[in-house]
Amino acid sequence: MLIEYLPIAILLVISTGLAALIVWIGNTFGPRRPTLRKSLPYESGMNPIGPGTRRMPVRFYLVAVLFILFDIEVVFFLPWAIVFRQLGLFGLIEMFVFIFILLVGYVYAWKKGALEWE
Amino acid sequence: MGDPITAISLWLDGLLAGWGLAPALIIVIKALLGVGALATAVLLVDIFLVWVERKVVARFQDRLGPNRLGPFGLIQPFADVIKLLIKEDITPVGADRIVYNLAPIMALATVLLLWAVIPLAPTVVGTDVNVGVLYIVGVGALGTLGIIMAGWASNNKYALIGAFRTVAQMVSYEVPMVIALLVPVLLARSMGINSIVNAQDSYWFILVAPIAFLLTLITSIAELGRAPFDLVEAESEIVAGFHIEYTGMKFGLFYAGELLHALTLSGIVASLFLGGWRGPGAESFPLLGIVYFFAKAFFLYWVIMWVKYSLPRIRIDQMLNLNWKFLTPLSLVVLVVTALLDKALVGVQPWVYVLVLLAANLVIAWVTLQILRSRARKERQRVAEPRPIARPPAAPVSSQGA
Amino acid sequence: MTALQIIFLITAVITLGAAAMVVITRNLVHAALWLIMTFFGISVLYVLLNAGFLAVAQVVIYIGAISILMIFAIMLTRRVQQDFGPQTNAAWPWALVIAAALFGGLIWIFSGWGNFFTQAPVMGERADPLRQLGMALVSPEQYVIPFEVASVMLTAALIGAIMVAWERK
Repeated sequence: MLIEYLPIAILLVISTGLAALIVWIGNTFGPRRPTLRKSLPYESGMNPIGPGTRRMPVRFYLVAVLFILFDIEVVFFLPWAIVFRQLGLFGLIEMFVFIFILLVGYVYAWKKGALEWE
Repeated sequence: MGDPITAISLWLDGLLAGWGLAPALIIVIKALLGVGALATAVLLVDIFLVWVERKVVARFQDRLGPNRLGPFGLIQPFADVIKLLIKEDITPVGADRIVYNLAPIMALATVLLLWAVIPLAPTVVGTDVNVGVLYIVGVGALGTLGIIMAGWASNNKYALIGAFRTVAQMVSYEVPMVIALLVPVLLARSMGINSIVNAQDSYWFILVAPIAFLLTLITSIAELGRAPFDLVEAESEIVAGFHIEYTGMKFGLFYAGELLHALTLSGIVASLFLGGWRGPGAESFPLLGIVYFFAKAFFLYWVIMWVKYSLPRIRIDQMLNLNWKFLTPLSLVVLVVTALLDKALVGVQPWVYVLVLLAANLVIAWVTLQILRSRARKERQRVAEPRPIARPPAAPVSSQGA
Repeated sequence: MTALQIIFLITAVITLGAAAMVVITRNLVHAALWLIMTFFGISVLYVLLNAGFLAVAQVVIYIGAISILMIFAIMLTRRVQQDFGPQTNAAWPWALVIAAALFGGLIWIFSGWGNFFTQAPVMGERADPLRQLGMALVSPEQYVIPFEVASVMLTAALIGAIMVAWERK
């Protein structure tokens, strides 16, 4: 029912507003004496070398890909988990086939070494 | 008498209807008041959490902790808040101002959003959306976003590395977390948190799913980025991680968000596995339910702190290994075994059901421990083998590839 | 106009505006953040359509996973920061004409479809769309084949990703 989402919408507005208010208060009451040294990005006391946003290793990308696949799989599980009592043997077997096919990919990733961080 | 919350709600109904307001407007006004009260209460608890955290860590480290301001130092967190409010607000050179300021707001707001679905007492159920468990995961995903925004917008290399580590850890541990959360969903046959709490009227789910409970707790700690999973803000490597450039109250928002997130996840785990507000007399006196809920939540919060202050930090490869090679397969096994047994045990007595599932969990735990033990033995042998270090080369290496 | 319609209009405007910003902005990370805003707007639209599960799944998968993947991919590229070239080329008026014609054609086709003002059938109090989705996914006469094929597709995607991103060994 739609009415159940009303408190969530209100909470979204209130929590964002409160957090923004806190940031604004801190901004208003704090002193403001900027100097160049103070405003430089912190780099263990050195002057920063080069831009702050750098290229990142491809490993992070692979972690995200693995995550997407398992995430979609898990989202498929959820509606099944609610009704599986009423499904009978067929529904159970269907889900195990689903899990099994994905396990093939998982075992492949493991054997290929994609789960390692090097 | 026994239920002041319903009484207040009914009184408001009468009052507002007496003013001649439309029923739809009354619902909106009541939701507004309820949500406002909830947010205020949660933020007050959040300030109190600063005191709890400092006091408990002090005890773990054999210190006294804050004890000067007020009884037991209880006023200390308010002094901390005022101090943070009057600190200078520094924006680093080259930062992306809008994203930089939006990130701490998102960090706190996403944690507050989780409280919408947590039932605090039989009559204080928040909102009972039928996708509660997935809602928690989705709001967690929004929190991840706040962290990556903070790390990217700060124009700082440490912040970026910290944000990437955090996000990689959070998304990885989401997989076993959701699979473990599927077990209570399966047992309660509903995704709504309120229905899951209601389904635990005869026994708590920790009895039939202890491994899923442990998995959820471990992955929660990883989502929080607390020790031993605090490589995301490892002081010795990347100083402070994604919030390195934040000062004053913006840092305070990250800090408050982290503490509140810990209590929130404790509350969610308590609701899913420890019966939430359930306890003797909670049905007839709903306010007692709030006490039980917070008692369980704070107990789990204390466990999380206990783990945090006892274990050393793990490396990023260990973090990923633990997730992909241990927690994910284990959670899948637990899910499949629970589903099969639940299917096989249709129509038996509840105590048989509980005993069989508990026994199955113990068997899984024992097998897991055996596998881990043999692995550890092999690993120890491998490490103990004498390795050739700093020897002169015996012969020129010829057939080795790059 | 009901409150629902006002909420729908606001959400639609925000979603479309964010989608336009994805194309207009020159900063890649900003484009990704605007895209997330678009995804969020779409999830609100799902909620308005009473499809709570789809709404949350949209947030979990599109915002929580795919956007993260995009931001990681942006950080992989050499030119992280910005794009300085012109944003249009000489043929932009033609593109505008074709896009307008396509949009007009779609409106023309849909105006012939008379079902816009028929009310959706009201579901009973006991009917839970989530349960029906769960049943439909694994029942042989409904979506069991697409469901199983989805798992094969996910496995293929996993193997493909490993082949692309993990060239060693």
